[in-house]
Amino acid sequence: MGASQSAGTEHEFQDLADRTGFSLEQIGNINKRFRQLTNNEETLSREDLASIPALDNNPIRAQIINAFFDKRNLHQNETGTVQEIGFEEFLLVMTHFRPAAMGLTEEERENLRREKLRFLFNMHDTDSDGTITLEEYRWVVEELLSKAGIIGQETAKAIADAAMLEVAGTTRGKMEPDEFYEGITFENFLQILKTFDIETRMHVRFLNMDTATLRCGKSK
Amino acid sequence: MPAMWHSTFILVMVLLAISRPSLASQARTEESQGTGNATEHTITTLPIVIWKWEEIHFPYLVALWVLVSWLCKLVFQQNPCLTSVIPESGLLICIGWVLGGIIYGADKVQTFRLQPFTFFFYLLPQIVLDAGYSMPNKLFFGNLGAILVYAVIGTCWNAATLGLALWGCWLGGAMGDIDTGLLQLLLFGSLIAAVDPVAVIAVFEEVHVNEVLYILVFGESLLNDGVTVVLFNVFNAFVSLGGAQIDAVEIIKGIISFFVVAVGGSLVGVVFALLITLLTRCTKNIQIIEPGFIFVLGYLSYLTAEMLSLSAILSCTFCGVCCQKYINANMDERSVSTVRYTMKVFANGSETIIFVFLGISAIDPSIWVWNTAFILLTLLFIFVFRFIGVFLLTWILNQYRLVPLDFIDQVVMGYGGLRGAVAYGLVLLLDENTYKEKKLMVSTTFIVVYFTVMLQGITMKPLVTWLKVKRAAVAERTLAEKLQNRTFDHMLVAIEDISGQIGDNYMRDKWNNFEEKWLYWLLMTPFARKSCDPIFNIFHKLNIKDATSYVKEGERRGSLAFVRNESKADVDFNKKFDADFSEMMPYIMTENMGPDHVPVSSILRDSVPSVCLDMHEQDLKMRESEDFDAHHVLQQHLYKGRKQHRHRYSQKHLEVSKDEHEVQEIFQRTMRSRLESFKSAKMGVAPPKISKHLKKDQPQKVREDYVEFSEGDSASGCEAAGSSFPMRAYRGAGIVNPAFMAEMDTMDPMPPMQQIPSWLAEAEVDSSTVAPSQRAQLRLPWTPSNLRRLAPLRLSTHSNDSFLLADSPATQEGISEPPPPPPPQDGQGRGTHK
Repeated sequence: MGASQSAGTEHEFQDLADRTGFSLEQIGNINKRFRQLTNNEETLSREDLASIPALDNNPIRAQIINAFFDKRNLHQNETGTVQEIGFEEFLLVMTHFRPAAMGLTEEERENLRREKLRFLFNMHDTDSDGTITLEEYRWVVEELLSKAGIIGQETAKAIADAAMLEVAGTTRGKMEPDEFYEGITFENFLQILKTFDIETRMHVRFLNMDTATLRCGKSK
Repeated sequence: MPAMWHSTFILVMVLLAISRPSLASQARTEESQGTGNATEHTITTLPIVIWKWEEIHFPYLVALWVLVSWLCKLVFQQNPCLTSVIPESGLLICIGWVLGGIIYGADKVQTFRLQPFTFFFYLLPQIVLDAGYSMPNKLFFGNLGAILVYAVIGTCWNAATLGLALWGCWLGGAMGDIDTGLLQLLLFGSLIAAVDPVAVIAVFEEVHVNEVLYILVFGESLLNDGVTVVLFNVFNAFVSLGGAQIDAVEIIKGIISFFVVAVGGSLVGVVFALLITLLTRCTKNIQIIEPGFIFVLGYLSYLTAEMLSLSAILSCTFCGVCCQKYINANMDERSVSTVRYTMKVFANGSETIIFVFLGISAIDPSIWVWNTAFILLTLLFIFVFRFIGVFLLTWILNQYRLVPLDFIDQVVMGYGGLRGAVAYGLVLLLDENTYKEKKLMVSTTFIVVYFTVMLQGITMKPLVTWLKVKRAAVAERTLAEKLQNRTFDHMLVAIEDISGQIGDNYMRDKWNNFEEKWLYWLLMTPFARKSCDPIFNIFHKLNIKDATSYVKEGERRGSLAFVRNESKADVDFNKKFDADFSEMMPYIMTENMGPDHVPVSSILRDSVPSVCLDMHEQDLKMRESEDFDAHHVLQQHLYKGRKQHRHRYSQKHLEVSKDEHEVQEIFQRTMRSRLESFKSAKMGVAPPKISKHLKKDQPQKVREDYVEFSEGDSASGCEAAGSSFPMRAYRGAGIVNPAFMAEMDTMDPMPPMQQIPSWLAEAEVDSSTVAPSQRAQLRLPWTPSNLRRLAPLRLSTHSNDSFLLADSPATQEGISEPPPPPPPQDGQGRGTHK
């Protein structure tokens, strides 16, 4: 596949590996997958992701795809979205899903946790204003629940409302009558998910083995 | 506390006094029977009472023993400082020793002993079934690979190493002159190798280690039974065959038999799980014995596997694991909690009995043979090899695990290798003629059980604290958390898809899809399918809680008005709803909002006067019932019409199912109220909690409402009214129900939706009529001008309500007619009227 650029990529990969913590093999695999998705282009567009057949049944497909194009997840201190991402950005998003390494200190663990939760938070906070408003929350919950067809849209909405109310209750304590809850901030988000072991759960197995081509072969 | 001890001992004494004559000697029994018969034959007059001890002494003793065991537990649980140091299982063994000592002292022979048959067929099944039924499925299947490795390879390793090591020591002459051999020692190793589920549950339940660690130890203890049974049977057969007869064929047969026993046992369990689930699909009409099916079939799965000489524990475990999700969805909520509690009563009860009897059985000099070397070496080897096995296997597993088990977890796993009653039961099954050293084996088993349960059990907690093992979070899952969890799972799947990896998440997703597509269809009632979603369940519970707090608040305010004002509304309300009651609603959330297609039933006619007449009585009752269970309160105060209704039905034996309508109402009502109170919280008019709202908001808002209504156009006003009425329900004390009416009227245009639960029905209706206004409200918080405008809109319901109240007498009069088909204009009309 990439024989022509091998010399350049070798060095590039090493650089990426140092920065992201992936092994070279893993980066190689992800790169292969990336090229497979982009049809050997340099950049990946939304359509490329949306055309993955396995994603079709995923209720939060849109949010996931957005996350890849969200500048906040690309470690840039700016908000907004980009139209296309290169391999490096693709890999950066993937780093959120690396399993935690052994023997982390308490502080590192906490940082990792914040980072992973931030990703989740950003996925909900579509307008990047730092709070998940009811509307944003509803959107995700509705997608999440009503796609399956078991729970109706209105119910999903009510559930989102109830959950939001619950968050308001747990994070604010008792609210004064003239107070209103404008949405979940990241601090609130940390608070409600404090029992959620995200650092040990938010990960995907990135094999050293080349499954991308295996699967590719299967589909052909 | 002393009183407690006192009573226990008195009881024990009574027990002894009763049991002694009966069991001390057969002869005496015969004699007394003889005299009993004699007196019966020779009576000359009618005896007023006769002493029939002999006839009932067996069940009587069983019941007494159960009572005594449970009383022991009660005594310990009164002593938190004691149980915090020593695990309960250890304390129960101790009390068993004391009781055993008393019995032995009185009888000079141990009359009570835990028999293997009793243990395996009456005490063990419910513990295993409970373990399976309350197994955290996701965690269990997520770690199934590791669990199997520990259960299969780990147990084999333990058995083999212990047997071989003992054999080596025996050959070396360390144990003196005992009549045994390699095979016998291997057999002994295999029966004592398995970690015991009962002991593990008992100890680990008190030490809240993190869930992965717990599931590994616990899962291993359950699943290694298959291995134990096979090893036990194989070596037992080998011993009978004799060393010379064993060749490769026999060994291969043994290995095949392992797979057959383990897989077969699990399959039997799965088959029974299917049976249970399918059965609960159609037990709707016999809800009273519905929970019984689970127990009977669960027990049958155990017995069937045992009959086929498959692994009974595996069968029972898998039966529980596989059916839990579906039966919980299929069965009525009350049946589910009945099953849950009954299961716990049985499991905990028999666990208690097992430990007490493990203590009692040991106080019998006739079973004890002491061989220091054998016993100590066994203890040492068990301990050492367990650790070596765990470390070895974890090392291998860690090569593949994404979240490796760290050293501390491994230590706890190794230390958690408790042996228990299963080993004891198995060792008693040995044939004394073949196994010359059976007594020694029994004694050693006792020592091993005591050592692991008592010493390791006691030190487990300090060890866990000392090693700073990651503990489990005890907090209950909140709705927001559940939602996050769900999002999270989908996210992982998506990432796997995108990155082209086939991982656990991918497999789980495939399974979930399969389950949703086929299994739900096959195993669940159509209504259960809608409710089986855990998120929905939590939501449902929250709503119930809200309803409860609503009623409590009403009560706290001493709101007779709260009830009284409602009376008229209630009439109306009932009218609408009673229409639905004429058909049986299978599930809480099912309801039928279309009143126009069901004729008004006779029930309806009755309920109207009864509501009014009941009022004062209700008021009185209300004062007394402060402490009542909230559910009770709901029935009594909010749903009076229904109460009458229920009496009528209670003559049929179906009365249990009648409540549903009430719950259904509460559910529906509070669901909306949550939505509303949330909105108002957002808009800054009300706190999320209902209680505050009640007091602060009411007065000025009500006034406002009349003034400002004109500002909103009437159509949207109606919509807002429709969607936001429950708020009013809270605010204006008695206006709950008319408010409800308003909503119902807006729904009337909908075609009758018999099969669609309210939930969906509402969704459809609301999306057509209410949604716009909700969206409008969403934006409100940011625009104060909107806020002012909205207040009247929201409150406009109130005016509707009052109007409706004025209407209600009319409706009452016309009650014998079919309810007027309220047209869609109904709400509109009211709005314009204003």
